[in-house]
Amino acid sequence: MIETLSALGGGFAVALQPQNLLLAFIGSVLGTAVGVLPGLGPLNAIALLLPFCLALRLPPESALIMLAAVYYGAGYGGRITAILLNMPGEPAAVLTTLDGYPLAKAGRGGAALMLTGIGSFLGATLSVIALTFLSVPLAQVAVAFSPADYVALIAFALSLLGAIGGPSAPKAWAAGCLGIALSLVGIDSGTGVERFTLGSFELLGGIDFTVLAIGLFAIGEILLLIETRVRAAVEAMHGGQRLTLREVLFCLPTMLRATGIGFTVGVLPGAGASVAAALSYTAEKRLNERNGSFGRGDLRGVAAPETADNAAQIGSLVPMLSLGIPGSGTTAVLLGALLMFNITPGPLLFEQRPEVAWGLIASMYIGNLMLLLLNLPLVGIFARLLMVPPWVLYPGVLALSFAGVYAVSNSAFDLLLAIGFGVMGWIFRKLQVPLVPIVLGFVLGRLLEDNLRRALSLSDGDPAALFASPVSVVLWFLTAAAILWPFLALRRAGPPR
Amino acid sequence: MLRRTLLATPALLAAPTVLSRPALSQGFTPQNPECIAPAAPGGGFDLTCRLTARMLQETNIVPVPIRTQNMPGGIGAVAINHINAQRPRDPNVIVAFSTGSWLNMAQGRFGRFAENDVRWIGSIGADYGVIAVRADSPFRTLSDLMEAFRQNIHAVAIGGSGAVGSQDWTKIALLVRAAGQDPRRMRYVPFEGGGQAMANLLGGHVQVFPGDASEVGGQLDAGQIRLLAVLSAQRLPGRFASIPTAREQGVEVEWPIVRGFYGPPQMPDAAYNYWVDVLRRLHAHPAWPEQRDAQGLFEFNMVGEEFAALARRRVAEYRQLAREVGLIQVAQ
Repeated sequence: MIETLSALGGGFAVALQPQNLLLAFIGSVLGTAVGVLPGLGPLNAIALLLPFCLALRLPPESALIMLAAVYYGAGYGGRITAILLNMPGEPAAVLTTLDGYPLAKAGRGGAALMLTGIGSFLGATLSVIALTFLSVPLAQVAVAFSPADYVALIAFALSLLGAIGGPSAPKAWAAGCLGIALSLVGIDSGTGVERFTLGSFELLGGIDFTVLAIGLFAIGEILLLIETRVRAAVEAMHGGQRLTLREVLFCLPTMLRATGIGFTVGVLPGAGASVAAALSYTAEKRLNERNGSFGRGDLRGVAAPETADNAAQIGSLVPMLSLGIPGSGTTAVLLGALLMFNITPGPLLFEQRPEVAWGLIASMYIGNLMLLLLNLPLVGIFARLLMVPPWVLYPGVLALSFAGVYAVSNSAFDLLLAIGFGVMGWIFRKLQVPLVPIVLGFVLGRLLEDNLRRALSLSDGDPAALFASPVSVVLWFLTAAAILWPFLALRRAGPPR
Repeated sequence: MLRRTLLATPALLAAPTVLSRPALSQGFTPQNPECIAPAAPGGGFDLTCRLTARMLQETNIVPVPIRTQNMPGGIGAVAINHINAQRPRDPNVIVAFSTGSWLNMAQGRFGRFAENDVRWIGSIGADYGVIAVRADSPFRTLSDLMEAFRQNIHAVAIGGSGAVGSQDWTKIALLVRAAGQDPRRMRYVPFEGGGQAMANLLGGHVQVFPGDASEVGGQLDAGQIRLLAVLSAQRLPGRFASIPTAREQGVEVEWPIVRGFYGPPQMPDAAYNYWVDVLRRLHAHPAWPEQRDAQGLFEFNMVGEEFAALARRRVAEYRQLAREVGLIQVAQ
């Protein structure tokens, strides 16, 4: 404990150097911007910045401080377009649209932005504290999690899909299955066989998440707006609609729970922020079944996924720093950056290069504070985005969306694919088919298949291995409970009123 | 099959066939040159382009800046289709590739395009395959593992990055075949990236991880893993110096992950010779070894026709393996 604190003090001595403060600030600003823009994610931004860091001959700790700030800063940006325009700027923000957009339509967009800013800060900062003191034991937990345990975790997340989809559970399940089907496209990871590629090499690598999300959400939404010719009935922020301290305190338990879920899931190197956001949203919805208005504009419905998203991002740094194992694509690039500075990422990083490891950790306390201070005053400006006339706003959004899709692969094929998904999204909106389960099914389906095949391959086809560990038994029990809950709740509540 | 020594020595670079060419290359000056990285920013292809381009400009080997263009899609198929369909004669474009591209060509994943549809310019370096086990593993030498393969191929759980047919899979498939077993029967568990495979090795969920030297250094230094062999022709330097090669242990398997560039299929000779010469001068530059190390690459210098011959030979070998294990139909 004392040793940790003194090491952390050494880290602050590094992080508080003027150059490093400036770089953390630049990284935070860039990260927020990257999070706002659909398509351009932190992975691309870090990869593009890395050669500049090398060219400027920045010391490794300074470069890492900036690049990491881009990474966790993006967790703050994704919520903005999700809440105001129903268009998630990054994968984990898909859940934020569920309650964020209804809130914005009710004139509470500013309050939702303010609350999620606070939630992101809280989730990230509490997670950095956990990372500071517990990273070594947590890393052991992370590697102990076997493919069979992942199967149970993802099955649990999938079992909650029905809770997300709004009024009609069958439609939500159907949408989830469609998402799973879309995730099958591409080269099969088990055998190398091509599936559903229709002989097209553009589909060999599978469908990119960005293309699907931008198509369904951004393009679909714009098609609907063209058709209805109704200006989105969103008011700018007015005095009476500001976020009150009472509301923040009301959401505090939600944010604390979301931090716990987000950080835990984030530490696991095979899950990710989308799983964390989905789990914490559905957990809150289930816990507050009686007094919630989830899906129609509940403040807790935006606080939960955004807090979990940021907590998960910090959590994914645990295996990266203490084991040298990347938990996500972005942390893999961060590790690659260390290699380029001739630093070997691994368990000895804290001993061999304490200025890098502890400097980075200390900078995250500072960076998240900067992001909070940066984001709160900007809420008013962001909310005014909706004052822009639709004939300027929506073509602009469409142009950015296409730019985002094109940035993924530089291919015109993906643009056509996104338009196809846009038309699908438009039709589904008219049919009241929820879109979030499609996207979650897409993300979770791939994870489920990969891990199920790994687990069965390790056990030589014996399904009993899926229930072998205590963790998996608990998760399967929760899964069963989640599926049976609606029936149990119905019985307990007595006959419908 | 993989018995040839692949490491080019400096002596090979001075071979007369290579030296007789430079006169041809004097007729070419690059204009607005471009390096295509057939993947999204952040991967190995991207680094190959960006870092090499920066180095070439800083050292004035290429007097003009080389623009990096990312062209992901179809695991590299988009890029090879692009240069074949749209700019087969372009003298100002080079494309980054790796051993993985050779595997994809061998398995017919680039559509109708393969090793004869590009002009192989040369390599910038190579990473090498390693066979990693956990520090407390009962496998102490490569012979122990080979013996286990012979006893019961199905009993050893192997976790690597990528599907059946990927680089990690091929490394272990070559070992299994060397042990006289059928690679189709081995228990290979694909993970998304070497990091996940390493996590599952450390967690004890898999017993063997056929990774790359550049991605196991941290765990090796910390004593968490043991390397049974490096899959190189000679021992690797630095922290790997004490690790024997597979060949030293009587197993003739090598796995260099070569990185380098190819040009369009009908790139004019003057331009081709220019780019070959550029790589040769890069290899000889005193600042290059440090830059190469930063990319996680060991020395592997080979250019021009000699390199093209290696590329064709390798793709042919991988095609043979893919047929044997049924990854591609024999009719192809």
